[in-house]
Amino acid sequence: MIPLSWYLILAAGLFCLGLYGVLARKNAVAILMGIELMLNAVNINLVAFWRYQEPLDVAGQVFAIMVFAVSAAEVAVGLALVISLYRRRRSVVAENMDLLRW
Amino acid sequence: MTPIQALFIITSVLLLVSGFMVVTARNLVRAALWLIAALFMVAVVFVLLDAGFLAVVQVVVYIGAIAILFIFAVMLTRRVMQESGPQSNSWWWVAGLFSLLLFFGLTWIILGWGGAAQHAPRVSAADLDNIEQLGLALVDPAGYVVPFEVASVLLLAALIGAIVVAWDRN
Amino acid sequence: MGFFNDPIHFIAAWLEGLFTGWGLPAGLINVILTFLGVFLVANFGMLYVIFLIWVERKLAARMQDRLGPNRVGPYGLFQTIADIVKLFTKEDTTPEGADKAVFNIAPIMAVVSVLLIWAVIPFAEGWIGTDLSVGALYIVAVGSFGIVATLIAGWSSNNKFALLGAFRTVAQLVSYEVPLVLSLMIPVLLARSMGIGSIVEAQTNWYSIFFFMAPIAALIFFISSIAEVGRTPFDLLEAESEIVAGFHIEYSGAKFAMIFAAEFLHAFTISVLTITLFFGGWQGLGDQYPLVAWVWFMVKSMMAYFTVAWIRTTLPRLRIDHMLNYNWKFLTPLALAVLVVTALLDWLIVNGFGTTETIWRPAILFAANVLIGWVTYALLRRRAAQRPARLVVGTPRPVARPPQPPAQPEPEAAAD
Repeated sequence: MIPLSWYLILAAGLFCLGLYGVLARKNAVAILMGIELMLNAVNINLVAFWRYQEPLDVAGQVFAIMVFAVSAAEVAVGLALVISLYRRRRSVVAENMDLLRW
Repeated sequence: MTPIQALFIITSVLLLVSGFMVVTARNLVRAALWLIAALFMVAVVFVLLDAGFLAVVQVVVYIGAIAILFIFAVMLTRRVMQESGPQSNSWWWVAGLFSLLLFFGLTWIILGWGGAAQHAPRVSAADLDNIEQLGLALVDPAGYVVPFEVASVLLLAALIGAIVVAWDRN
Repeated sequence: MGFFNDPIHFIAAWLEGLFTGWGLPAGLINVILTFLGVFLVANFGMLYVIFLIWVERKLAARMQDRLGPNRVGPYGLFQTIADIVKLFTKEDTTPEGADKAVFNIAPIMAVVSVLLIWAVIPFAEGWIGTDLSVGALYIVAVGSFGIVATLIAGWSSNNKFALLGAFRTVAQLVSYEVPLVLSLMIPVLLARSMGIGSIVEAQTNWYSIFFFMAPIAALIFFISSIAEVGRTPFDLLEAESEIVAGFHIEYSGAKFAMIFAAEFLHAFTISVLTITLFFGGWQGLGDQYPLVAWVWFMVKSMMAYFTVAWIRTTLPRLRIDHMLNYNWKFLTPLALAVLVVTALLDWLIVNGFGTTETIWRPAILFAANVLIGWVTYALLRRRAAQRPARLVVGTPRPVARPPQPPAQPEPEAAAD
């Protein structure tokens, strides 16, 4: 069958891809997409550990459901902020949002 | 190699390829579509992990709502229909290096941990994906009712916040 | 097992014997038989659409006091095939500047999202593609693929009208998912399971079909599903007089045929879902024989499809703000109220009587639903009385009258 390490390495790979997306992209929406990938990697980790360590306890699944709720809330507010920003500055390039720089 | 292992390899290759295309696509609508593919592959991984309910919830929440939000946001914040310009900022190679180092570090730690080679314990299917047990745990005072209620308040706050932030005051 | 008791297993066993005789390994035989099952279910849907389009056109015609297609074949039965031939031989255009890959994927996603629903529908006892334990939620999940397909179809056409149509379509589809899911939870609640097969089997007698236990939920589910498909009265988005066909303006030929077929199949699928969840599915007289159960299934779903076509032909189109108001200010609160009341009452009844099979269960729940309906009606009437409808009359215009004919002299005495 499939050893646990395969799932963990898959989650680590997805997490690093999401991290690259957050650090290297200009568009704010693309940065949020990277954050989504990272949250999904975390979910894969949680569910893998649930299945391999304590499959009879629903705690792992409940934790994954909480992550679903948190990521949905974060995307909604994040995209609302991006759209509001676009209305003001006509641009969503993250580098140009520099009003607070000294 | 058993069929399940082959299926896992195919799914993870597709997932990592979709993830790579999400973070490197120039056309943001294409990036959003690759995101949908990646989210669907994560749902397949959940099915492989015997979490069928979570797989369906993943499709409903992520693809049915969050991905559509992304596509809307991309379409509403573009100035022209076509794509324009490179999408990576000036220190993308530092980010790439850092991500690669992090990946190798994590893999080394995972492979060094003894428990990582374990196989899935055999549990009967009836005990495994028990939705009734999950539902009872979420409303049980000795269970997870407090995180459940906090998550509801969080979603309510996000709902109100998103509407207020994106309200067009003109 | 004779052929009539269990046709599928009979045929499967015969095929298995045939393949083993040819020397194929057992795993491969399993895979082949599974693929054969999938092929049959998917093709049944797509081929049945041909008949459905004819039924719809005939029904609409008769309700509008005309004949409908009657030239091509007896009673016009081959009209749809002629239409298909026409659509497939049309030029397959792609607008300039469109995103070709995305443009081509959209119709495929639209069709796939409807066909995937057929995987969990029970045609008869045991005749189900796969009895998922989360079948009801799976249906909602698969519907979201259709929403994404609509959105990218509108975007990739490089056409502002298509994009606008796609935005409005997605707003409608996402809004109407809320009462759909809420009313879908009521059969799940009453059957204590999310699996569609279990929901059908929980409706054991003719008086315990879930329509009697939750008529309001059935109506909300039916209305929300019609809105999800995008048929009249919710078809503002593809009305020719409004936005020139909406999100699928730029599609012609085979791709348009796919979108068109997907819409009709979706309309049939929601009629099937309504009767499966609320009217007992394949159950009827003599349903121990799967073929008889399948006949009951088809009869009931055609009756529901008749209702869908009837509503389409009769009701006028809703405006988009009326549509969204109707959803958020009426259907969603009503669905929430019915869900809470049904949950509470059902727990009390089952705990009070100790079993789910008493006749008091449908009786009390039906009475509760009637009460909720009456309260809703009273509230609506009171609200309508508070805002009297203003009759908008213009200033009276002079009515055109022909001038009086000049007075004729009396005719002379009868001329000789």
